[in-house]
Amino acid sequence: MKRERIAKSTRSTWITLGIVVVAYVIMQILGQAGMLTSLVKGLLVPLCTYAIMAISLNLTVGILGELSLGHAGFMCVGAFSSAFFSLCMKETMAAGPRFFTALLIGIGAAALSGLLIGIPVLRLRGDYLAIVTLAFGEIIKNLVNVLYVGRDQEGFHFSMKDSIALGLGEDGKVLINGAQGITGTPKDSNFTVAVVLLLITLIVVLNLIHSRSGRAIMAIRDNRIAAESVGINITRYKLLAFSISAGLAGMAGVLYAHNLSTLAAQPKNFGYNMSIMILVYVVLGGIGNIRGSMIAAVILTLLPELLRELQDYRMLIYSIVLIVMMLFNWSPKAKEWREKYSLRRLVSKIAAKEEA
Amino acid sequence: MKKLVSLMLVLSMVAALLAGCGNKTAANNGAEAGTEGAANAEGTEDAAGGSAATGEGFRIGGIGPLTGGAAVYGIAVKNGAQLAVDEINAAGGINGTPIVFTFEDDEHDPEKAVNAYNTLKDWNMQLLMGTVTSGPCLAVAEETMNDNMFMLTPSGTAVECVQYDNAFRVCFSDPNQGGKSAEYIGTNKIASKVAVIYDSSDVYSSGIYAEFAKTAPEYGIEIVAAEAFTADNKTDFTIQLQKAKDGGAELVFLPIYYQEAALILSQANSMGFAPMFFGCDGLDGILSVEDFDPALAEGVMLLTPLVADENDKTRAFVAAYEEAYGETPIQFAANAYDAMYIIKAALEQSGVSAQMSASEICDLLKTAMTEVTVSGITGEMTWTADGEVNKEPKAVKIVDGAYTAM
Repeated sequence: MKRERIAKSTRSTWITLGIVVVAYVIMQILGQAGMLTSLVKGLLVPLCTYAIMAISLNLTVGILGELSLGHAGFMCVGAFSSAFFSLCMKETMAAGPRFFTALLIGIGAAALSGLLIGIPVLRLRGDYLAIVTLAFGEIIKNLVNVLYVGRDQEGFHFSMKDSIALGLGEDGKVLINGAQGITGTPKDSNFTVAVVLLLITLIVVLNLIHSRSGRAIMAIRDNRIAAESVGINITRYKLLAFSISAGLAGMAGVLYAHNLSTLAAQPKNFGYNMSIMILVYVVLGGIGNIRGSMIAAVILTLLPELLRELQDYRMLIYSIVLIVMMLFNWSPKAKEWREKYSLRRLVSKIAAKEEA
Repeated sequence: MKKLVSLMLVLSMVAALLAGCGNKTAANNGAEAGTEGAANAEGTEDAAGGSAATGEGFRIGGIGPLTGGAAVYGIAVKNGAQLAVDEINAAGGINGTPIVFTFEDDEHDPEKAVNAYNTLKDWNMQLLMGTVTSGPCLAVAEETMNDNMFMLTPSGTAVECVQYDNAFRVCFSDPNQGGKSAEYIGTNKIASKVAVIYDSSDVYSSGIYAEFAKTAPEYGIEIVAAEAFTADNKTDFTIQLQKAKDGGAELVFLPIYYQEAALILSQANSMGFAPMFFGCDGLDGILSVEDFDPALAEGVMLLTPLVADENDKTRAFVAAYEEAYGETPIQFAANAYDAMYIIKAALEQSGVSAQMSASEICDLLKTAMTEVTVSGITGEMTWTADGEVNKEPKAVKIVDGAYTAM
């Protein structure tokens, strides 16, 4: 019995990874054949970015059972730290190692901030993490908006006031220019890199879920007292899951920053709205369902772009589709209907008929 | 936990719906603008695919925010450009070739702007008139440089917007406006003690402020207070105004947009602080803010590209715009209107045909842009190879609820 269950979860993992690989191969073939429009080509990296974000948040919301309302903040940390590094090293390092180092820096910075937030907050019971992450996201956004960093021959200059206060020398260059953010990040992200990172995310998260630590984390989610009574170190496992989740969000940020030449923290990309958007991906795809949140992220990122033909009505249609999808996925009646007419049931029905 | 999740989702749904509603009004505005856009959208179907240009006319794309917080600017640009396109086409087009114009929404987000740009590329765009806001403009400029696509931004003011040789702009750059403001205040001896209130979370505002603060000492201007606000708290300015008052400012420099400026003016009035106010082109539109008493704006000085009553051309533009869209045009509309005529002039100068590819047109236009002189509604304009425009800013003063040249 037990063996069968493990086999089932392994199979599910392979299916999830398989979907990504197959999608990658199809896109590459279509791209080579020149059948992809510029729009789809441009969307490939953002799709992976948001899929990684959704998976990373699902680890916190679905597996750990805590609510993070500032996940875009971790993305912001990863994006800015890595873009800053890449801009500094633009001339001195080759693209490959530079991006790899930027990736490590982005993940590290985001995971560290996740850890720092988690240490006080994850010791508490209740929805405190939601409140603190919400504040964190907004603080980070406002912080990078007033941050000015410049470099001249004397080294780095920092200021929280304006670019004049940096006091740069003649050859000085402003690297982070307050509200304008970072301009001129090298475009190191591409679809292959993005898919590799998505696969890494999936492997990390799925393996964590099915590991000893993962079972401990889920035990804490399901019954904290029972978990504590069998000697599980609650804070340790919570911190583990949350910093991994934050680190992965930082990875998505690195991908995001290196896909656009300009990076500025706006309410649109790193604010509260974005955090909620990612939560919508997770809830639509299914809380705790990694594959589902990945697919939901892809669909919901793709949808507004494909609806461009509808011109001014597209955002209206988009929100209606969102509501319909939500009802279809989660309303009890719709669930009943789906079970009744599910593909699996249909197949087994036909099989049963044939046997008879 | 579950309850909180569902609460958050309900909230986000409401937010999404509200966004949808805002969009609907935009759609209504657009509907008045004529069916041209819809017709273009239908035309995209058959054109998608091959990269060769079709013979139906010059395909000019536009990008800007039509939804979200910055939608005012995007809609103004779209309307202004559409007005010019209709006029040009009615007058026989460019050397007999009509213009086909379509506009894509970028929601004031660099990522969405790149998507919009790619959509326009799929539509076989030959020239880009955009983008409207600076941040998205920076991201799109990188893409147009890679594709060698000509771009003319009506209102992207950040310096780096035109850093590549394929990009030009109609408006002034941020430093240009900051420097000119300081020069104007200094040489005309308007004030020596100046306070600045600016939006530190906005590229436009902080860009102007940075250059103003750098240039001010050269003209003997002392900045007694430099107070910032951000997009998250732009409703109460009493603290900033109080500091300006305490510093003994004779003049408050407002390198911000008119919505916040209207609040500042009424709050200054209610606290009995009456310095002179000086602004940049963002202040254009302040007289038509809802629930704002235009009497408060009396005496406000601003640098603006558009003076409605300047000559017959500007009067004709304002009248045509008001008739077509039922509102007074802001400077964004004027810049976009001029942008279309600039593109027309450059295309005629270089003698390109609509059959050429985007890259060929771009190469020809790069030189043509430096050769043309366009006398538009925002003044007489010439361009240098670095993409910057040469035109005189017009300093105006609001007297009796109307702009008066100073």
